[in-house]
Amino acid sequence: MTTDRTTVELADERALLPEGVRGALHNVLLRLRGGDLGSAPVIVALVLISVIFQLLNPTFLSSTNLVNLTMQSAALGTVAIGVVLVLLVGEIDISVGSVSGLASAILAVGYVQLGLHLVIVIPAALVTGALIGLIFGLLRTRFGVPSFIITLAGLLAVLGLQLFVLGKTGSINIPFDSWIVQFGQQWFLPAWASYSLVGFAVLLYGTSQYATSRRRDAAGLSSTGATLILVRSAVLLVVLGVAVWYLNLTRGVGAMFALFLSLAVVMHFVLTRTRWGRSVYAVGGNVEAARRAGIRVNRVYISVFMLCSTFAALGGVFAAARLAAANQGSGGADANLTAIAAAVIGGTSLFGGRGSALSAVLGILVIMSITSGLTLINPDSSIRYVITGAVLLFAVVIDSLSRRSRAAAGRA
Amino acid sequence: MTYRTPIAVRTRTTDHVLELRGISKRFGAVRALSEVDLDVYGGEVVAIVGDNGAGKSTLVKILSGVHPQDSGTTKFEGVPVSIPTPTAARDLGIETVYQDLSLCDNLDVVSNLWLGRELRTGGRLDEVEMEQRSWMLLRELSARIPSVRIPVAALSGGQRQTVAIARSLIGNPRVVILDEPTAALGVAQTAEVLNLIERLRERGLGVILISHNIADVLAVADRVVVLRLGRNGGEFRVADTTSEMIIAAITGASDLAARRNSAPTPRRTA
Repeated sequence: MTTDRTTVELADERALLPEGVRGALHNVLLRLRGGDLGSAPVIVALVLISVIFQLLNPTFLSSTNLVNLTMQSAALGTVAIGVVLVLLVGEIDISVGSVSGLASAILAVGYVQLGLHLVIVIPAALVTGALIGLIFGLLRTRFGVPSFIITLAGLLAVLGLQLFVLGKTGSINIPFDSWIVQFGQQWFLPAWASYSLVGFAVLLYGTSQYATSRRRDAAGLSSTGATLILVRSAVLLVVLGVAVWYLNLTRGVGAMFALFLSLAVVMHFVLTRTRWGRSVYAVGGNVEAARRAGIRVNRVYISVFMLCSTFAALGGVFAAARLAAANQGSGGADANLTAIAAAVIGGTSLFGGRGSALSAVLGILVIMSITSGLTLINPDSSIRYVITGAVLLFAVVIDSLSRRSRAAAGRA
Repeated sequence: MTYRTPIAVRTRTTDHVLELRGISKRFGAVRALSEVDLDVYGGEVVAIVGDNGAGKSTLVKILSGVHPQDSGTTKFEGVPVSIPTPTAARDLGIETVYQDLSLCDNLDVVSNLWLGRELRTGGRLDEVEMEQRSWMLLRELSARIPSVRIPVAALSGGQRQTVAIARSLIGNPRVVILDEPTAALGVAQTAEVLNLIERLRERGLGVILISHNIADVLAVADRVVVLRLGRNGGEFRVADTTSEMIIAAITGASDLAARRNSAPTPRRTA
């Protein structure tokens, strides 16, 4: 552990020095107190929800129910990844539900009615999503129309497109023996595959952390100690391992859920480790500064809107696969707001510039837990909306409050 | 341990970096600048002073590529150039530190320093290299920043100004334009920033300082260029001038100055 003050950045006597595992914990506490809450409130919420529903209905935490919960999360969670991106640049897209519905319709009509191969239909659905995003992006950058209005118009127009694509049929069932429905409903990772995936992920995390730490050492910068890396990797291994073991008690980890998780991790990597990702955060933090720094701001906006709509379309494909059908209600009702709520509940700020692709995972798990728990207690959906609304409001209040205390603690 | 110097430190030079002749600019019916001349040498701090509406900002915007001039010539290191865009200015080696600092509060110091010019290894951001070079740069500037991994919002006004100035050096410029760098700072922080400006001069950079604060100007500048109503209103070497003379030139009260018999009338160049 590098704790001596010979490293470059600690030459200044006022520098803050994290020491080992205890130092790391202390830093976390400092951050939380400063209003940099990150994903802490979501995890607390998840624990609370689990305890409450488990007390009300002992089947809530059963492996069967949790497997269902993960399978239900994948489609809207994928949409929420896209929403996180637009929120990060300080914009919003309220048309994601319609876009996902349109993608469901394209999949069903193309595959069932036109008899096209899935290899053609799925990319067609995704490209349609990307094109819609391109239009939003161009409208935003060329005319400066607020994205709320653009995507409100988009919500209606795309809903019309969805109804047009579906035609008079209204509802189209996708055959159960097609691989897309198998993928959405029946495919689960074999136990060995799920455990090796966990092992692989932890190994990748540990080695990359260690490599960074070695490089920082060599560069004369303070580095994370080997013990701390080991502890973190072990915690990750235990958390993921126990989760996978518990799901494996019944059906296991769904292929669709695994794909959703990988997409979130990949987007997280792209956002934090690439130039494009850095420019997304910069645009969300201060557009003018980003522009002056030579970032092509318009390209960032357009790429973000395109990615968001593409994720929405992919979510629509997942939803159709899960339901084995597409109908006029696909992507309608609360799908839109649930996806946006998931991103915000997961800890992505509505004010732009803060958040993470992983917040889509946490957020959708919270919402789906509430949905699932309330369905177990009382199949009536009326109260569900009220409670989900209250949780969303709560999340936004936390976001606003933490913004205020960040300003007070000088973390903004 | 050996470190790579982040920015090649140039030896102190007296070369003629920037030469503006007869710059004019009008906005509709308003003549913002008429026939303004300006010279900037390497290793020298030139202060541009003037009342509100004297044309300081317009001149700076022409130099940083925000507005093109209507007429007049710009020579950079002896070569005639045009500066149509901010990117063109930066590519030439003219960096501007805006009054609002243009920092992203949500990003840390390293990200802000390298914003738009991030170093990469194999497509990924090279955080280690960027952080190391950031420390080298900040140390060369004798800048005091508690950590380069905290969001810029957590820094004091002076530290934020330091980050903004340090950022302008990342691209290895020849000229740095500072727009009101001490406007919102306390006494100690102002001193820190003035020290920083002297560091820039030691590196052989041409520094253009826009300021309202005559005390700061006299403390750090080598030469003062006064703009008055869009024209050159006089030019002084700081070594042989007083704040009264500069204020007289700014307000156009040179006659008053003459009556007081405290100083000779400043050299008129317009």
